Amino acid sequence: MPDTTPAKKALLEVDDVTIKFGGLTAMDSVSFQIREGEILGLIGPNGAGKTTCFNVMTGVYQATSGEVRLDGVSLAGRRRHKITQLGLARTFQNIRLFKSMTVLENVMVGADAHSKVGFFDALFRLPRHRRTEEEALAKAKGLLDLVGIKARHDELAANLSYGEQRRLEIARAMATGPKLLCLDEPAAGFNPAEKVQLMQLIKKVRDQGYTVLLIEHDMKLVMGVTDRIVVLEFGKKIAEGTPAEIRDNPAVIAAYLGVDEEDAS
Amino acid sequence: MSAMSTTLSGIGRRWDGVVDRYNALPKPARLGLVILFAAFVYLLPLLRPPILTTNNIDFGGVMFSVAAFALVAVGLNIVIGYAGLLDLGYVGFYAVGAYTTGVLTTYHWHWPFFLALPLAIAVTMVTGVILGAPTLRVRGDYLAIVTLGFGEIIRITVKNVEWVGASAGIKDISHPNTIGAAPNPPFDRGGMFDVPRLQWDGIIPSLDRDHPTAVLAFGAVDAIPYYWVILTALILVLVGDRLVKSSRVGRAWEATREDEDAAELMGVPTFKYKLMAFALGAAIGGLSGAFYASGQGGYISPDSFPLLLSMLFVAAVIVGGSGNRWGAIVGGALVAYLPERFREFADYRLLFFGLALSVLAIWRPEGLLPPRRSRRAKAVEAEIEALEEGALEGSTHA
Ligand SMILES: Nc1ncnc2c1ncn2[C@@H]1O[C@H](COP(=O)(O)OP(=O)(O)O)[C@@H](O)[C@H]1O
Ligand SMILES: [Mg+2]
Repeated sequence: MPDTTPAKKALLEVDDVTIKFGGLTAMDSVSFQIREGEILGLIGPNGAGKTTCFNVMTGVYQATSGEVRLDGVSLAGRRRHKITQLGLARTFQNIRLFKSMTVLENVMVGADAHSKVGFFDALFRLPRHRRTEEEALAKAKGLLDLVGIKARHDELAANLSYGEQRRLEIARAMATGPKLLCLDEPAAGFNPAEKVQLMQLIKKVRDQGYTVLLIEHDMKLVMGVTDRIVVLEFGKKIAEGTPAEIRDNPAVIAAYLGVDEEDAS
Repeated sequence: MSAMSTTLSGIGRRWDGVVDRYNALPKPARLGLVILFAAFVYLLPLLRPPILTTNNIDFGGVMFSVAAFALVAVGLNIVIGYAGLLDLGYVGFYAVGAYTTGVLTTYHWHWPFFLALPLAIAVTMVTGVILGAPTLRVRGDYLAIVTLGFGEIIRITVKNVEWVGASAGIKDISHPNTIGAAPNPPFDRGGMFDVPRLQWDGIIPSLDRDHPTAVLAFGAVDAIPYYWVILTALILVLVGDRLVKSSRVGRAWEATREDEDAAELMGVPTFKYKLMAFALGAAIGGLSGAFYASGQGGYISPDSFPLLLSMLFVAAVIVGGSGNRWGAIVGGALVAYLPERFREFADYRLLFFGLALSVLAIWRPEGLLPPRRSRRAKAVEAEIEALEEGALEGSTHA
C-alpha cells in the first residue's frame, strides 16, 4: 500500500493554511501532504472548506497565513495560470466549461497551457505552430478517448449531457499536463452506477501516473478508491489516515452523522 | 412576428449552405471561385450594377466608405466578438490613425503615404496598449466606460491642440503617390492606364468611355483607386485574422470570453491575450483611419470623429453577428451603404436605423450572420424544446 511507504516524497504540501472571509474562518491551520502517485480523498460535510482549499491551492484565494508548496516551490502570490503551468490542474464543483466552444477545443485550451506559440507563429504559420497544434490535437483526442467522450468531440460543450460535461472537465484539466489533478466532487449529481464508473476512470487516471486529489461527498465511494483520506469539518482537519482508519474514527463518524440524516431526508 | 424571425434565421441557414457547398468543392474550384469573387468585388464600382449603384452620390466614394467600415468592423470584431471586450471608443483609434497620417504626410512633415501608414498603425497600436494595460486588468464594465471616455478625450484633445490643427483640422492632406505616369494637372490624371466603366440602360450594359478611371492615380476626382487600396488592405487583414483566429491565440481569446476565471485556471494568460486583442483591434482601426485621412477628401477635423461613429462601429459588429468575420463585413458594409443608397430619406436616417436595430434585437439578437457555433447551439436548443414538448404531450396522453 502506498500509505505505508513514507519514502515516497510529498508532491504537494498544504502548510498551516488559514483563510478568513470576514468573521468566518473557512480554513483553520490546515496542514496535509499529498504523495506522488496516490489518490488522496478530501472529505467533510458541506461547507467544511474543501472547495476553499482548492481555491487557495490554485491561486483563486490568497491564504491569510500559511502556504502551499508544489514540489517544494511555494505557490503563494503566483498568478493562476502560472500555478497551472507549474503542474496543478483542477475541475470545478459547478461545471465551468467554455460552453460555446467545441468539446475538442475545450480540451485543446488545456493542452495549450505549455504552448510557446505566439501571434507571429500563428500569423506566418511557422513550423512551431504546426508542430504544437498537431501535438495538442493528438493529446486532446487521446484524453477524450480516455474519459469516454471521443465520439462527441465536434459537439458544443453546452450540448453535452451533464455526465459528459463532468468528464470533459476532467479531460480539460488533464490536458494541462498536471503533476497533481484536483477533482472537486466529480461525481456530484451522478446515480450510483455512474459514480462507480467514474471511480474506475479515476483509478485509470492514477494508473497513468497522475497524482489525484479527490473531493467527494459519498463516504462509501471514497473508501473504495482512495489511498488516504483527509477529513475537514468547519475548516479544521479532524482526521487523516487510511480508509480503514477513517472509517473507525469516532470524530469522523460524529461529523458525518448529520450528513447521514441529510441523505436520508 | 414569427415570419420575421424565420426570414432572419433563413439568412443564417442559407449562408451555412453556401459555406458547406464551398467547402465541399475541390481545391482548384475553390481557388477559382475566390478569384472570381474577388475580381467582382474589385470591379464593382466600375460595373455599376443597377439598383445597387447609388445615383445621387459618387458610387466609388460610397464603396470606399463601405470598405472602410468593413475594415473597422473586422478589427472591432476581434475585440468584441473574439475576446469579448466591449470597446465603446473605437473611433478614438480611428482618429489617432487619421491624425498621425495627417501630421506625417502634410501638417508637419511630408512623408509619402505608404511610409506614414506603418507608423500610423504602430502609433495606434501603442495607444491601444497604453489604454489597455491598466484597464484590462480590471474586470467588468470598466472597459466600456474607460473606452467611451477615451473616444471623447481624443476628440476634445485634437480640438484644442494647435499642433494638430485644433478645430480647423488638417486640410489638403497629401494623397498617396500615383503609381504609373505622374499626373499633369489640370487634365491629365496620370496613372498606369485608363479603364472605362459600364452604364446601364435598364438591364442592357454598355461601355461608358466618358468617365474612365485612371488606374492607381490618387487624385481628388476619382475615389475608385482609393477603394482598391483599402479593399486590398481589408483582404490582407482578413487573411491574417483567419490565420490567427484558428490557432491557440484564437482559442485563448474565446476561452477568456467564455469564462475568464476558468481560462486562467486552465493556463491561459488572459491579460496578455486581452491586451493582444485590444492592441490588434486598435491597429486595424488606425489603419482604417489612415486611409480615411489621405482619402479622396483629404480633410480631417475633430468633427470627423464624433461619439456617434463609435456607436455605429459597435452596431456594425453586433448587426453582422459578433464573432463572425463575414458577419462583421456585412454589418460594416450595411451601416455604411444603406444611408447613402437611401439619401432621399436622409432626414429619417437615424429613425430607420433605430427601428432596424430594434427589429434585430427582438428577432435576431445574435446578429445577421452569427458564428456558426451560436447557430448550432440555437438549433440544438430548439430540438430539445421540441423533444420536451413531445415528451409532455406523450405523458398527458398516457
Ligand atoms: N468567497 C467567499 N466569501 C465568503 N465566504 C466564503 C467564500 N468562499 C467560501 N466561503 C465560505 O467558506 C465555507 C467553506 O465553503 P466551501 O469550501 O465551499 O465548502 P465545501 O467543503 O462544501 O466545498 C462556507 O461557509 C462558505 O460559505
Ligand atoms: Mg465544495
